[in-house]
Amino acid sequence: MTELNSTELNSAGLIRLSAAQLAAKLAAREVTSVEVTQAYLDRIAAVDGQVNAFLHVNTEEALAVAAEVDAIRAAGGAAAEELHELAGVPIAVKDLIVTIGQPTTAGSRILEGWHSPYDATVIKKLRAAKMPILGKTNLDEFAMGSSTEHSAYGPTRNPWDLDRIPGGSGGGSAAAVAAFEAPLALGTDTGGSIRQPGAVTGTVGMKPTYGAVSRYGAIAMASSLDQIGPVSRTVLDSALLQEVIGGHDPFDSTSLTDPFDNLVAAARTGNVTGMKIGIIKELHGEGYQAGVENRFNESLELLKEAGAEIVEVSCPNFKYALGAYYLIMPSEVSSNLAKFDGVRFGMRVLPKDGPLTIERVMAATRAAGFGAEVKRRIILGTYALSAGYYDAYYGSAQKVRTLIQRDFDAAFAQADVLISPTAPTTAFKLGEKLDDPLAMYLNDVATIPANMAGIPGLSLPGGLADEDGLPVGIQLLAPAREDARLYRVGAVLESLLEEKWGGPLLAQAPALGSTSTTAGGSN
Amino acid sequence: MAAINRDDVAHLARLAHIEMSAEELDRMAGELAVIVDSVKTVSEAAGDDVPATSHPIPLSNVFREDVVGHTFTAEQSLSGAPDAYEGRFKVPAILDED
Amino acid sequence: MSVDATLSFEEAMEKYDPVLGFEVHVELNTKTKMFSSAPNVFGDEPNTNVNEVDLGMPGVLPVVNKAAVESSIKIGLALNCKIAETCRFARKNYFYPDTPKNFQTSQYDEPIAYDGYLDIELEDGTVFRVEIERAHMEEDAGKLTHMGGASGRIQGADYSLVDYNRSGVPLVEIVTKPIEGAGSRAPELAKAYVAAVREIVKNLGVSDAKMERGNVRCDANVSLRPHGQERFGIRSETKNVNSLRAVEHAVRYEIQRHAAVLDSGQPIIQETRHWHEDTRSTTSGREKSDADDYRYFPEPDLVPVVASREWVEELRATLPEPPAERRKRLQADWGYSDLEFRDVVNAGVMDSIEETIAAGASADVARKWWMGEIVGRAKAADVDPAELGVTPQVIVELNKLIEDGKINNKMATQVLDGVLAGEGAPAEIVEKRGLAVVSDDGPLLEAIDAALAAQPDVAEKIRGGKLQAIGAIVGGVMKATRGQADAGRVRELILAKLGVEG
Repeated sequence: MTELNSTELNSAGLIRLSAAQLAAKLAAREVTSVEVTQAYLDRIAAVDGQVNAFLHVNTEEALAVAAEVDAIRAAGGAAAEELHELAGVPIAVKDLIVTIGQPTTAGSRILEGWHSPYDATVIKKLRAAKMPILGKTNLDEFAMGSSTEHSAYGPTRNPWDLDRIPGGSGGGSAAAVAAFEAPLALGTDTGGSIRQPGAVTGTVGMKPTYGAVSRYGAIAMASSLDQIGPVSRTVLDSALLQEVIGGHDPFDSTSLTDPFDNLVAAARTGNVTGMKIGIIKELHGEGYQAGVENRFNESLELLKEAGAEIVEVSCPNFKYALGAYYLIMPSEVSSNLAKFDGVRFGMRVLPKDGPLTIERVMAATRAAGFGAEVKRRIILGTYALSAGYYDAYYGSAQKVRTLIQRDFDAAFAQADVLISPTAPTTAFKLGEKLDDPLAMYLNDVATIPANMAGIPGLSLPGGLADEDGLPVGIQLLAPAREDARLYRVGAVLESLLEEKWGGPLLAQAPALGSTSTTAGGSN
Repeated sequence: MAAINRDDVAHLARLAHIEMSAEELDRMAGELAVIVDSVKTVSEAAGDDVPATSHPIPLSNVFREDVVGHTFTAEQSLSGAPDAYEGRFKVPAILDED
Repeated sequence: MSVDATLSFEEAMEKYDPVLGFEVHVELNTKTKMFSSAPNVFGDEPNTNVNEVDLGMPGVLPVVNKAAVESSIKIGLALNCKIAETCRFARKNYFYPDTPKNFQTSQYDEPIAYDGYLDIELEDGTVFRVEIERAHMEEDAGKLTHMGGASGRIQGADYSLVDYNRSGVPLVEIVTKPIEGAGSRAPELAKAYVAAVREIVKNLGVSDAKMERGNVRCDANVSLRPHGQERFGIRSETKNVNSLRAVEHAVRYEIQRHAAVLDSGQPIIQETRHWHEDTRSTTSGREKSDADDYRYFPEPDLVPVVASREWVEELRATLPEPPAERRKRLQADWGYSDLEFRDVVNAGVMDSIEETIAAGASADVARKWWMGEIVGRAKAADVDPAELGVTPQVIVELNKLIEDGKINNKMATQVLDGVLAGEGAPAEIVEKRGLAVVSDDGPLLEAIDAALAAQPDVAEKIRGGKLQAIGAIVGGVMKATRGQADAGRVRELILAKLGVEG
């Protein structure tokens, strides 16, 4: 724990700085990007054997970009002036987002070894901002899961307890940030895949408004629900990152054109005085772990003390949200994943016997290339869309979507921001829910409604549950396009909580490294 | 709503082009039955007067001007191909010999 | 491959009433593809007119080509359709290696145009109304080449090669309602309908409309029912019938085949059939099965197309005159007989004649050159007359040379050959080839002019084709030149002067 108090700019100290702090030190030329990037690469080398957050480490390119930024800064002049605020601040990228020069696997065997010939729009933006990309992070296969155990490349472990899951699907990005392997990461959130890992790893995760960040180059899971967003250790850092990756993209037809309020300014000038914050009746209480409930109530008290008015709202149709989600999502999955067939890219597997026809090669490839959860969802989606069932399943689920939106409309008529626990429980043990798909799906019960309605959702650390000492996440929701409002409220709650804890929550996380005696490596 | 059985799963697996062993079909049928049962309330949730929402944020008329953009070389196109021949993707026969 | 039994067409018609239906796919000639900015170009190096979108790479998203939507609305309007105020794209899910996403982005229950009709004029002038059910937007697939095996056909091929250059090319699919009451004229109507659609899209400028290149492709549905029966019979769908003649033959063949099957007491199988030009017959393709569960659902990566009435009216205002109306107008303007005009249309030179007249030629002169000279040469060269390389200016120039007496008709055809051989403009060729009527003709031409002026009634007779009357003029010239002129040459010059074939 000694490293926690270090304020020296040694490697151990550097990696504990927030992205905003790093940016300031880089701009002041107190450190170089190469030093920062190398510190993170060293940390990855030291601890990722335990955490398994990274599927690929992009050492050479990251250092080259860092050196480029350093050279520009050293030369000074207009080029240095024009550098983006986050230039030189490294970042990790969920391996669902395609990148030239690095493999993209989506956590699946079927894409093993595949290199994209094009960059996702968000990657182009990271490159334009000259942010070194540290590597690609682990995820549940094609982002389908809540534990990262469905990765074909082994599970990621929760830095708070290596026997526990880091959440999912973006467990790799959340764990990398929580384990100080990266100051920032990109995630994708279809039903909670940014927020729920944030909650269980004590990090910040933001799902922006649907269409706020281009989806171009994020391998589609469920097109009408997917959204790329930031993963970080502070609310301000997420705002900084969303400013980099957000904005209209002509390559994404669902990308929004209207400008948002300044997100960074909102995070810097947090304020909740006179704001109405709505507790969603259906998203706490029964089914929520006691420790989660306690931390949630504590946050409500802090917000009240800070001048917010707490009201209760009801969203009666949320009881259908999980069911509707598990019809819409797999339906879109079944179609989006049809392209993985062994013809144009990725693996090809020949049938063991019988005639060698393309149909059979496709079926053998998909059988070998996809894991059980992916197959389950493809089959479920194929069922929901098939003739005779469409109206009862997919059609009905789309109607439920309307009902959920109406619930949100009514709720936001009463409250500026809604609040709930991000996940019903703290991190569960690896393997605990692997054989019970339904139990696994229930992890997303509080996060799914935001995806169904396209509204933004922010999860930030709310403290540790009394019974297990593991992080609890607090979720804030705002109307579509009001992402700034989440950063404004989130920043206030974060500072109140940190004041209470005497520092960042992650400072309380156990140390990782060769001296660690945590059970993770032993089984 | 009809329960989902093993034959249904076999049919769906054919539609989805996923080869499945007998054991897989059995297991999947069991799992899907549970899932389908849990989502069945959805079909009763909304009345006929409720419109469907396919996009969370409604937009319309998002178009691209008819201007040529970037293209790939054949080498780029085929860079990830499991098999290729003379600038084209190579695939096994489409149909069995009749 | 077994040969199916057929009944004679006459016998089939005696026993059964055919019902037709067509799905015509029109490839739009936009600069880029339906959903990507890759070029929509025919016949380049494989897999180079593509980007990540056309290859269905992981992570890609479609964006709709506005020009393709406008072309589709224009087609809908030209087919007298209603234009949907709001319509969407859907995904049609099926696995096939020419379909890179393993779904086709198409329109399903919300086509952009619906409820139209087309009045088809048959050769004898009968007008038959074909009802249009819908015209919808979709994307083309890549191209498969089957290798190995004996035939190069799909059956028995060892492997196939895929070129995705065509993948994502914008298509409009035009679907008719069932066409009843055509009777024995069904094959003729089939050909005339597809010809009319082809003509319309070409006239709109939205497609290159070359059937031989697959710009216009026809799937023909045929079913038979006993005379007097209301209910339709089971249909077959003959795929990719890719010439007008083939459309006629395929419909005729399927009527004869269905009749034989029904006569034998067997049921018709609902299936796709493949047309073979060499044997002028169809073979069984694929039976309809539960594998045809396409699991359509609204394309979540695209947003609705809203065609405001203002937009539709703006587009309507840009529509060219419909081909049938244009033909009527042109025939009246040019004063051609029905027979002459039909020949012009069938020879495919109506546009060329119109341009030639616009360039300054008379209707008769334009027809004389196009029908008399160019069509034959085009046929010999196996190209479209318009593609032979004769511009309206060439014809106007040639005609002027004749009228000015610089060359005669016979020479003019030689000059035309020179033009086609790339020797330059007519005047240059006259000089280079030494074809000009020699200057010694000068005095002769003066004498001819005088003789014609002196006997205008005779001149008129010759113009009218009474060549025997020429003697009077020749005589007059010989007299004026005191017998010094070559009578044969004089005769040539008189004919040339009057623009009459010798």
